Amino acid sequence: MQRYILFRILQAVVALWMLSTVVFFILHVTGDPVAYLLPPDATAGQEEDLRRSLGLDRPLYVQYGIFMGNAWTGDFGKSTTKGTLALDLLLERLPNTIQLALASIAFCIFIGLPLGVIAAIKKDSIWDTVAKFIALAGQSAPQFWLAILLIILLGAMPAERGLPALPTFGKGGIEHLILPTVVLGWSIMAGVVRLTRSAMLEVLDSEYVKFARVKGLSERMVVWKHAAKNAVIPVLTFSGLALGGLLNGSVVVEVVFAWPGVGRMLLDGVVQRDFPVVEAAILASGVFYISLALLVDILYAYADPRIRL
Amino acid sequence: MATRVEAVGTALGRVSRLWRRPARRGARIPYVPSAIVGLLLFCAIFANVISPHHPRGADETQRERVVKTLVPPFQSWDNILGTDRKGLDILSRMIHGARTSAIISLIALGSGVTVGTVLGLVAGYRGGWVDAVIMRLVDAALAFPLILVALLIVVVLGPGIQNIILAIAATVWARFARQVRGEVLSLKGREFVTLAKIAGVPEHQIIIKHIFPNVVNTLLIVISLQVGQVILTEASLSFLGLGLPPGDPAWGIMVAEGRNFVIDAWWMSLFPGIAITMVVLAFNFFGDWLRDTLDPKLRRI
Repeated sequence: MQRYILFRILQAVVALWMLSTVVFFILHVTGDPVAYLLPPDATAGQEEDLRRSLGLDRPLYVQYGIFMGNAWTGDFGKSTTKGTLALDLLLERLPNTIQLALASIAFCIFIGLPLGVIAAIKKDSIWDTVAKFIALAGQSAPQFWLAILLIILLGAMPAERGLPALPTFGKGGIEHLILPTVVLGWSIMAGVVRLTRSAMLEVLDSEYVKFARVKGLSERMVVWKHAAKNAVIPVLTFSGLALGGLLNGSVVVEVVFAWPGVGRMLLDGVVQRDFPVVEAAILASGVFYISLALLVDILYAYADPRIRL
Repeated sequence: MATRVEAVGTALGRVSRLWRRPARRGARIPYVPSAIVGLLLFCAIFANVISPHHPRGADETQRERVVKTLVPPFQSWDNILGTDRKGLDILSRMIHGARTSAIISLIALGSGVTVGTVLGLVAGYRGGWVDAVIMRLVDAALAFPLILVALLIVVVLGPGIQNIILAIAATVWARFARQVRGEVLSLKGREFVTLAKIAGVPEHQIIIKHIFPNVVNTLLIVISLQVGQVILTEASLSFLGLGLPPGDPAWGIMVAEGRNFVIDAWWMSLFPGIAITMVVLAFNFFGDWLRDTLDPKLRRI
C-alpha cells in the first residue's frame, strides 16, 4: 500500500513537472510581453532594454533552468504588467475563486438533492420529468447566456423600474455572490440530481426501508431520515470531484460577472502575455486537479484492495 | 486511471439507475431531440439555400441595411427574428451559426476521437510504462485549462475556424483515451483475447480485430454525450472572443454581440442562446437514450 501511494505521488509530481514545462515552452516560444508593454512607437533599443530587464534576452534553456529552480518554491517571478509577485496575485485571487466554488457546490446540493429525492419518490410522474428538465436545462444552457438572462431579469430590469435589484458585477457583499453562484451551481446540478435519484431508488427498495415502513413510521420520516441519509454518499463523492473542477476558476462566469477570481486572472495573463501570472495560475489548477485525482485514487485503493495491482 | 474510473463505477454502478424507467430498455427513439438534431444538420448543410439573407449582409447595400438596424422580431416577414446593430438578419446568422457549430464539432470530435481511441487502445493493451506515460499525458491534458490552449493557439496561428477546432481536439482526446483504456483493461483479460494470443495472432491484429469492435458501443455513447459539451465549449470560446474572428456567424459571438444591448435589443442574445440550449439539450437527451439502449451498464458516464 505504501509503495502504491509513493508510486502515485511520484507520478503526480512528474505530471506537474510535464505540465509546467509544456506551459513554459509554449509561452516562451510563442512570443514575449514586450510588444504588449511598450507603446507602439517604441524603438528597438527600448524593446531590447525591457527584454533584458525581464530576463527574456537569455537563451531559452537558461530561462527554463531559472524558472524550474524557483518554481518549486512557489516563486514564479514578478508579474510583468502589475509588478507584484505572481504568487501574491494568485493568493489574492484564490480566496474569491474558492468562495464562489464553495457557494456553487452548496447551492447545487441544496437544490439538487431535494429535486433528486422528489424525482425518486414520485418516479415516472410529472415531478420526475420536471426535476429532470431543471437539471438538464442547467447542464445544456451556456453559462454566459444564463448569466445574461439572469442579469436582465434580476438586475437590469428591476433596477430600471426602481425595484430592489441584485448587483450584476464585481465582488462585494453576499448579494454579489448570488447570481454567479446560481449560474455555476445550476450548470453542475444535473449530476447531483441524477445520482440522488438513482441512489434513492436503490435505497427505497432495500430491506431496512421496508422495515421502517412496516414499523409504522410516517412516510416523511422514512424518505428524508432513513433513505435520503444513505443516498447522500455518492452525491458527496461527485460533489468533491466537481469542487476540484470549480477551484480551477470558471473563466466564463468570472468574466461575465467581473468576478476577481483565478479564471479571469489566467485569461488576462494570457492576453497580456504575463508569463509569471499564467504559469502560477496553471500550476495552481494543475496542483488542484492532480492532487484531487491522487486523493481519489488512494481512497479507492484503501476501500478496494483489488485496485492495487 | 481506469482503476479510479472503475472504482467510481463500482461505487456508483450499484446505485446508478439514472433516468431509466424500469422496463425501458430499448425505449423508443426520442423524437423531439432527434428532430432538433436533424434540423441542425439540415440548416448546416443547406445554410446557403434556406437562409433568407446573407449572414454578413452581402446581399444588400450598406444603405439598405442601415435603414433596418435593430428591427424587433416578429415585425416583418423579411427579418422574422429581427436584425442586429448592423442591420444583419438574425435568423440568417443563426442558420449559418448552425453550420459553424456543426463543422467545428464534427472535425474536432472526429480527430479527438481518433487520437484518443488509438492512444487508449495502446495504453490499455500494452500496460506498463507505455500506459503510465499515456495516462499521465491524459492527466496533464485534463488539467490544462481549455481556455489557455485556445488562447495560445489563437496567438500563434491567428484567429480562424481551424484553430478553434485544433484547440477543442487538443483537449477532448483525453476523455476518449481514458474511457477506451478502461474498457480495454477489462477486455484484455477475457478468453477470446487469450485464445487469439495463443493462436498466434499478431498484436496489432488483436487490437484492431478483437478488442476495438468491443469498444465501439462505448465510444458511440461517449461521443453522443460529448457533442453537447463540444458545442458548449465552442460557443463559450466564441463568446470570450477566442478563436473565431469577430463578425463570423457563430452563436457564441452573436450572444456576445448582443450582450451590451440586452435591455433594448434583447432578441440579439436571446435567440442564439435558445438555439445553443436546444441543440445541447437534444444531444444530451439523445446520448442518454443511446446509453440506455446500447449499454445499460454504462449509466455512470
